[in-house]
Amino acid sequence: MPIAGGIVFGLVILSAIFGPMLVPYGPGDQDFSRVLKPPFWQNGGEIKHPLGTDMMGRDIVSRLIHGARVSLFVGLVTVLFSCFIGTWLGMASGYMGGKIDSLIMRLTDIQLSMPYILIAIAIIGALGPSIKNIILVIAVTNWVGYARIIRGEVLTIRQMEFVEAAVVGGCSTLRILSLHILPNVANSITVLATLDLGRVIIFESAFSFLGLGVQPPTTSWGSMLADGRIYLTYAWWLATFPGLAIMFTVLGTNLLGDWLRDTLDPKRKRYVIL
Amino acid sequence: MGSYFLRRLYHSFIVIFGITLIIFVITHMIGDPVSLLLSPEATQADREQFKHELGLDRPVHIQYLVFLKDAIRGNFGISFRHQRPALGLVIQHLPATLELTVAAMILSIVISIPLGVLASIKPGSFLDRAGMTFALFGQSAPVFWIGIMFILLFGVKLRWFPVSGRGGIEYLIMPAMTLALFSTAAQTRLTRSSMMDVLDKDFIRTARSKGLMERRVIMKHALKNALIPIITIVALQFGMMLSGAVITETIFAWPGVGRLAVNAIYNRDYPVIQAAVFVTSALFIFINLFVDVIYTKIDPRITYR
Repeated sequence: MPIAGGIVFGLVILSAIFGPMLVPYGPGDQDFSRVLKPPFWQNGGEIKHPLGTDMMGRDIVSRLIHGARVSLFVGLVTVLFSCFIGTWLGMASGYMGGKIDSLIMRLTDIQLSMPYILIAIAIIGALGPSIKNIILVIAVTNWVGYARIIRGEVLTIRQMEFVEAAVVGGCSTLRILSLHILPNVANSITVLATLDLGRVIIFESAFSFLGLGVQPPTTSWGSMLADGRIYLTYAWWLATFPGLAIMFTVLGTNLLGDWLRDTLDPKRKRYVIL
Repeated sequence: MGSYFLRRLYHSFIVIFGITLIIFVITHMIGDPVSLLLSPEATQADREQFKHELGLDRPVHIQYLVFLKDAIRGNFGISFRHQRPALGLVIQHLPATLELTVAAMILSIVISIPLGVLASIKPGSFLDRAGMTFALFGQSAPVFWIGIMFILLFGVKLRWFPVSGRGGIEYLIMPAMTLALFSTAAQTRLTRSSMMDVLDKDFIRTARSKGLMERRVIMKHALKNALIPIITIVALQFGMMLSGAVITETIFAWPGVGRLAVNAIYNRDYPVIQAAVFVTSALFIFINLFVDVIYTKIDPRITYR
């Protein structure tokens, strides 16, 4: 299973990088003589457009491959951001304790008790839809999970002798955090980030689906799905394939994350990713 | 217990205070309701007059304090669009959201806990594999896509259920299934792993070796001990469903708080946004508080200081 996850995710990455050079059509290439063609195995479908065309005669396969770029880009950048914020706040909270700890933990409480989808939609409504804002909003709402788990780990690590030794040796807090504690939570961060990636990809596509994310002419899986929803009764393939693309990508990252957790974490702690 | 509860209550109030601040900041970033509500031909004097009526000409921190004072009294202002008190509008839409969320919650508990338990009893069995495959896919599929696929299959092709709106139970089935899917998957996996942890314990071996029926060992000795993490996630999922209902409600045109709020965001109707976010958050906090109390009932070992 983990191999399958790695393969699926690897394929998505490869097609995102090299796919656009290989496919014969651009994501915006319209052909009004071939509008709403079904996939090739159905009556009226042609092998030129294996998964059919949309209402403007654009090739679904080409659009899916271009869409992979957007989803992966947004996913990776967002995870990097929220992981960075969450890790540092979590380490500071766990290591320093006291007022800083309570402040950060209350912040996570507040964040966790808010209906984040509504909040995110409200912020995007205010800032205007764009890739940049999507990344910003998800990163700002998503760091909490990292902070909480990293804090918990640091609480144990900070009592270990090598940390005491570093303190006695006169290391600054920043040095202790980045050189002594960070390497010890690196495994957890890797696992968390991998499992988070899928979630963020779903988030991005949900926003694009609601028309609040990636804007045309850029193609994204979420906006393809939104187009497909309008034509649901005539053209089932429009909404079906982008969803499958999202699901398999996320499945790939989830399997990969599960495998990483089992491999990197012999004690088998269980993270609850929400 | 008493003092712990009081402290939790106090924390909850701090959180609610923080939420009001965030709500205030966001809704004031959304934009100027004046240019939205007045016609473009309105004179500058009209604009000033209107701003004054809404209290938007006062300093920001005063606006916040006024907002806070009113929020405590349950007054979020009058909806710009519906011309009715915002809180009343939200409360009027709340039963629909609760109906959907509770239905989805029941659905996911009824499926996930038995499935997780059965999978944990015989790891590697067909049921275990099937259950885990289902859970993996369920956690990976985007909710809005599943909703659309349900509409395509059960609404358009098979014509079993109506595709939008609220009415009898036939209207509830598809949205509830959609909303329940992710939680069902997550809870199935957690129940399985939580049960497997417990089944490894010595007291289970003792229970078996003293000749108890397997069924009793599983139900009384194992499941009861595995429940704590399961309840935690069920409670968290409930809160997430309240939030996730936004998308499900949008897809199925379900007349709940989520759809009301999304429309309010499109219309820049900020009294309604404020009231909707506030009510949803307060509910979520209340549920978490309630769960903390439940813990002590299920597991007397947990005592709060």
